[in-house]
Amino acid sequence: MRHCVRILGNFKRLAEEGRSRSEYVAQLISDIASYYGYNEFLAEKLFHLFSVAEAIEFFEANEVSRPVTIRTNTLKTRRRDLVQALINRGVNLEPIGKWTNVGLQVFESTVPIGATPEYLAGRYMLQAASSFLPVIALDPQPNERILDMASAPGGKTTHIAALLQNTGHVFANDANKARTKSLAANAHRMGCKNVTVCSYDGREFPKVMGGFDRVLLDAPCSGTGVISKDSSVKVNKSDRDFMLLSHLQKQLILCAIDSVSPESKTGGYLVYSTCSVTVDENEAVVNYALKKRSNVKLVDTGIAFGREGYTQYRGKTFHPSVALTRRFYPHVHNMDGFFVAKFKVEKRAKVTENNVGVDAVTSTVADAAEKVKKVEGWWFAFFLVYIASDLCVYVSSRGKTQTDEDKGSSCSRTTQGLVSKIGMKAAA
Amino acid sequence: MRPLTEEESKAVFTKLANYIGKNLVHLIDRNDEPYCFRLHKDKVYYASEANMRLSISVARPNLISLGTCFGKFSKSGKFKLHVTALDYLAQYAKYKIWIKPNGEMPFLYGNHVLKAHLGRITEDTPEHQGVVVFNMNDIPLGFGVTARSTVDTRKLDPTAIIAFHQADVGEYLRDEDTLV
Repeated sequence: MRHCVRILGNFKRLAEEGRSRSEYVAQLISDIASYYGYNEFLAEKLFHLFSVAEAIEFFEANEVSRPVTIRTNTLKTRRRDLVQALINRGVNLEPIGKWTNVGLQVFESTVPIGATPEYLAGRYMLQAASSFLPVIALDPQPNERILDMASAPGGKTTHIAALLQNTGHVFANDANKARTKSLAANAHRMGCKNVTVCSYDGREFPKVMGGFDRVLLDAPCSGTGVISKDSSVKVNKSDRDFMLLSHLQKQLILCAIDSVSPESKTGGYLVYSTCSVTVDENEAVVNYALKKRSNVKLVDTGIAFGREGYTQYRGKTFHPSVALTRRFYPHVHNMDGFFVAKFKVEKRAKVTENNVGVDAVTSTVADAAEKVKKVEGWWFAFFLVYIASDLCVYVSSRGKTQTDEDKGSSCSRTTQGLVSKIGMKAAA
Repeated sequence: MRPLTEEESKAVFTKLANYIGKNLVHLIDRNDEPYCFRLHKDKVYYASEANMRLSISVARPNLISLGTCFGKFSKSGKFKLHVTALDYLAQYAKYKIWIKPNGEMPFLYGNHVLKAHLGRITEDTPEHQGVVVFNMNDIPLGFGVTARSTVDTRKLDPTAIIAFHQADVGEYLRDEDTLV
């Protein structure tokens, strides 16, 4: 394996005569798969995210567990007091880093860190360092109404409530009812009095309630960033899983965007995050959201470190602003693999005129044809369809040259369908 | 979700008054925001009216909890306080017990408070009075009912029970599923 990495690092000089680069890559991937215990599909997917040497580092980092970290509950205590109390119990700990003033890293402990009286009394929460990031990016302000769409077990929810200082309102949703139990218990333990826990499918959301100042969507994902925590991911994910997940994520992100109130004075933000490192769950979803909703744009996450998101990846090109998203890796930042994107939702602009034109033509043609069918004036119908198809060809050519290829072709498709339908009836 | 009936509020308030006495008024007439009690699936929740109004939009089967859960009604109509109400009880408690570090873990496992573990107790606590239990760092750990008045405790031997256990924060781990 090391041999392969060395050769791929300096292919021109070191490669054997007659062996192609792709042969070496295939060899290396299958070696990685068998050595670290991945299925080939996932090994390949993860391998292509990085340069060769970095990929090995990544796989290596997935074998070691991340440090245990806790978050001080600022609703009940201060970090300094908590540190003192825990040191008295025989816990050895230190602040995580400069980027957070509530996080602590636990080095060793003589007592179970999840069962101390301080923990039970809600003085701190056991939480991975990466879980701080989306809430820091969300940056909730007091008196706001905030939605956490997939929130169990409540680490991020209670963090949000703490930043709100128990003002405003937090809606904590999770689709899985069994997991909302621990979510509600955690919210109570941490003394969050402004949290409503509910259990909806996230996709129902703007219907249940909209108009949130900020929305956090920590989407369900494949968990390729937390392989060190849950190694079952290595073998049980297939191509189909990734397709289903990214489909779900795309649906969820649109619902999340629609739940944000663009009129909000202080907010109007959405944070999308996953604990996955693959591109189709991250940049592709973000890009999809940008394409589908013209009123959102990416803004800086406000996190000082992390790699920029990919703007192009294996032949796919994303919107240039995708570079504002942030990626985090186990081998670089010593936290779980993570992805954070922050959107600003603005007021919806009026739909562009061209699109309206095409839509209107399609619908009027369809309507008119329906009406005509009812009175069974066939000749007139043919005439109408003839005119309409002409018109459509014109519109579609205009659409193609200007903006919207899809709309134009769908328009001419509808007309063709109509023509054939009416023709069949007439023949009968 | 609905407001409490008269009988239900009576049951809840008598239970609360056992711990916080006249301070009960502070729960109902608050200076900052109007708060209210609501019943949802036999559980009693205490939330600010603004939050309660927002939570109305959540359908009944989908609502899990709102604000702070105070406790639940049993099938026979009795009201049981849950440890989730501890924040408010600790804030307004009239009578308090502090326990020594060596008594913390036994109490958090659901045992009664023994004389040997007693650190401090409010001076004039009567018998069978609701008390909130703290550790020596003033962290609330749970609540219970005194077995003896303060004066009587002086004469007891170290293994005697001072306060009967009712709820403790260890329940967040032990009974997470039934708590809220």
